Order: sequence, then C-alpha cells, then structure tokens
Amino acid sequence: MLEMRSVSSGYDGARVLQEVSLSLSAGEIVCILGRNGAGKTTMMKTIMGLIRADSGQILYHGTDLLDVPPHQIAGLGIGYIPQGRRLFSELTVAENLEIGLMAGGKGNATRDKVLGMFPRLAERLHQRANTLSGGEQQMLATGRALCLEPQMLLLDEPTEGLQPSMIALIRDTVVALKETGVGILLVEQRVDAVLSIADKVMFLENGKSQDIMPASTLRENPDLLKKYIGV
Amino acid sequence: MMMSDSKKSVVFHLGFLALLFLLQFILPAYHHGNLARIMVLATYAMGYNILFGYTGLLSLGHAMFFAAGMYGMGLTMTHLGWTAGPGMLAGLLAGGLVSAGIGFLALRTSGVSFMIVTLMFAQAGFLTILYFGEWTRGDEGFVIRQADRVFAGIDLSHPTYRYLAALLLFGICLMLTIRLMQSRFGHVLIAIRENEERTQMLGYDVHFHKWMAVIASGTMAAVAGAAYALLFGYAGATFASVQYSIFPLLWVLLGGAGTALGPFIGTLFMFYLIDLSSSLTTAYMLIAGVALVLLTLFLPQGLVGEWRRKMMPWLT
Repeated sequence: MLEMRSVSSGYDGARVLQEVSLSLSAGEIVCILGRNGAGKTTMMKTIMGLIRADSGQILYHGTDLLDVPPHQIAGLGIGYIPQGRRLFSELTVAENLEIGLMAGGKGNATRDKVLGMFPRLAERLHQRANTLSGGEQQMLATGRALCLEPQMLLLDEPTEGLQPSMIALIRDTVVALKETGVGILLVEQRVDAVLSIADKVMFLENGKSQDIMPASTLRENPDLLKKYIGV
Repeated sequence: MMMSDSKKSVVFHLGFLALLFLLQFILPAYHHGNLARIMVLATYAMGYNILFGYTGLLSLGHAMFFAAGMYGMGLTMTHLGWTAGPGMLAGLLAGGLVSAGIGFLALRTSGVSFMIVTLMFAQAGFLTILYFGEWTRGDEGFVIRQADRVFAGIDLSHPTYRYLAALLLFGICLMLTIRLMQSRFGHVLIAIRENEERTQMLGYDVHFHKWMAVIASGTMAAVAGAAYALLFGYAGATFASVQYSIFPLLWVLLGGAGTALGPFIGTLFMFYLIDLSSSLTTAYMLIAGVALVLLTLFLPQGLVGEWRRKMMPWLT
C-alpha cells in the first residue's frame, strides 16, 4: 500500500501541496481531479522524489519514500508516466522498451507481455520514438513503465491530446492493469474518461485535499463535480 | 536476409576506415601528414562527443584531459626514461585519474555551472603546467626525441608508420564509440541526454552514469593527447589552453553531435577551412567565422547529422 500522510511540498519555498493525505491499495484506481495549478502533478513528483517534501510521510510497504533516493523509488515497484509522455525520442521503440527492461532487471518474457498489450508497438519496434503518433507515443510511455512490472503506477494525464479510440485503449489498459493487482493513481482533466473506471476520487484545490469519496458517489451525483471543479 | 541497423552502421564505418587506409597511397605528402594529424585530433573530438554529443553535458575544460594524456606520456618518457608503450599507458592512466577526479567534483553542478567549473579546472591545469616549468618547460614545451618515438621496433616518426598508427588509434576509438553507443550503457547515456528526470524515474543512477561518461570521454581525450605527443614529438602548454577546450566543441558541432563520424568530419572541415583561407588572406579567421556561422544556421545538426537525418537514419 502507498500512503501519503500530511505531505507538504513545493518549489523554492513556495508551498504548492499542503498537508495532503491519501492511500492507494493494490488493485485500486484512485483518480485525482482538480483545476490547472491545483497541485496534481506536484503531488506525483513528490511521491517520486523529484520534488522533496517539506513535511509529512510517504509510506510504501512501511518504507518512507522521503528517505529513498529518487532513482531507487522505481526499483521499489512504483512506475511513473509523466504528462507529455517524455519518451527518449532519438531511440527506437525497441530501445525505449529495453531501457525500461534493463532498469527493472526484466527479460524477454516481460517485453513480450508488454508487446502483447500493445501489438501496434510490435509493428514499429525499429522506428524512432519521435516518428510515432501521439497515441503510439502514449502506448510506448506506458509500455516502458510496465517493463518495470510496477505494483503501483502513477499516470499523469494519459489521455491528453489523444483521439477517442486511443483514449478507450488507454482506459482498457488501465482496467486490465487494475485486474492484475496494480494500484493506479491517475491524474486527469477529462472526468468523463476516468470516472467510470475509478474506485475513489480525490479533489485537489490550491494544493489542499478538498474531499475523498467513492467514485460511485460521483457517478450517482454528477452535480458534485460542479461543486468541486466547476464541470 | 535484411541487415540490422546496428550492423549496417558498423559495416559503413568499417568501409570508411578502409577508405582512410587506401588514401595514404594516393595523397601527396602534405595532405598525408595533415590527415594523420586530423585523425588524432578527431580521436580527441570523439572523446568529447561521448560527453557532449551522446550524454548532453557541455564541458569547456577538455583540454585538461588531452593535456593529462600528453604530459602523462611526455613527462614519464622525458624524466623517467620510459619507452613509448609504458608512456602511452601512463598517459591513459593520467587521463583516467584526472577525469575521474574532476568528473566527481564537477558533476556536483549542472548546466551553465558545469561549463564554468570545467573551464576553471582546465585553467587551473594550464597554470599548473606553467608553474612547474622546470619539468614541463612551460609555454615553450618540450620535444620527444625521435629516437624515443619507437614502438615495438617501429619508428613512429616515419610518415607511413605515423599515418598507420594514427589510423589504428582512430579506428579503435571509432569502433569503441559505436560499440559503446549500441550497448545498453550507451542507450542510458542517450536517455540522460534526452530526459534526465525520466531516466532517473526509470530507476537509473543518473549521477553515476554521467560520471562514467566523463571518465570514458576524458580517457579517450587523454589517449589522443598521448598519441599526439608520441606521433608528432612535441608536448606544450598550448594544448592545455582554453583554445583546445573550445576546438573539440566546434569540431563536434560542425560534424554532428551524437554521430560517431561527426567529430572526424568536423575536424577535417575546420582544419582545411583554416588551412585554405589562411593561404588567401591574413584575415582568415573572418572567413572561417563566416563559414561556421552559415553552417550552424543552415545545417544545425552538423554535416553528418544532416546527412543522417536525410539519408541514413540508422547511422550511429
């Protein structure tokens, strides 16, 4: 289980995240909703150690991630797919996956599993990442993170800029991962894309947690969305 | 059967080395000598390219690594009476140790600070060479006697053997660079260049990989420095000056950063640009400068970089 306890963090003294608490269990999808600048990406970067927390604890199977160097956090089983995909554009699809496999010490079986999830990547193995379409890039970014076989996956706006068929594919992939027991923390602007698959929803505003509720409550009372994020 | 991209790249570069081998039989003596010098300097630029072109770290202090190899070899031969083989080894070790030490300290910074710190270390190295003038002969430098420039009974001051030795050094370092960049370690370096934060998030110790890149880069530059002194018989403080830190950056930019052959093409182009323009006018640096600005504007990826983009995407 991943657990944030009263975590505050920010940039150069400016506090962005303020005493946020959250828990994410295996096989659970927690969706973070909030307006631009609410602190959603800061929250993910804080978990991954890219932004040092000023206070609080981030516990993962009893280990406080604040004591772990950022490059070792992935090795503990937490994958992160940042906003904008951030591929290694000069490397081919195969080389991008290889970097992920190598980092996790995984072999061809993992590679085949990932390619099984995204057959289109298998057709483009020797193509440079910067020549892929937006949807294919998202598949590659997701595939590369899955090469580490994470137990928890942090996804920052995975559907950004994608066409509806790709959004559906990404959503199906997230559901498939959940079914294998992977815990997923999902940041999304497109509520319609994620509400149907989320177990829990957390509203973030000005870096503060406004509320955490079962996604079913929101599905039954869509008016609540207007209250929290004005949608 | 289709050849893989990495094999195609290896075959292409081996073909290029074969061309360089054949050129010695047709080139006039002047260009023959120039090409030997260019191959050694290009080896220096290839070392620089590992750090700048592949890892994305811009150093302004590589002259200290080149000079470490040059003086590591020259001083042990001159003052300790070592022969060429152990002398080269001393140059290699000196470069490895200096780059490990400087890399360890300089990598505590990044970006512009890294550039400034490497520049300052190189200046400190340059001044150290001048300060210990009793041994290094300071600005004047010192000559390595022709009688000492012999390896395994082969006189390396002879133009033919010098050319072949330069080609051997260049060929080994070229193939090593290709091998390195096709390896997993090389892919991590490229990943760091592309996105350092993302590489770290995948679980790589970015600092350690960058340090290894500084050591590999510095050691290759040092081997080139040692070979330069051995093949051309001279070691001087000029090679440790800031000018020799800027040169490899220019050569690599012109030829194509992050391409294995770019450093050679860049060095060749600039060497002959200055050589030819200086025969036309005393204001030759103006011509060279204009040519460099035009090339940078119209071929931003360098000569080999543009060539790769348009015709050979598989080129390492």
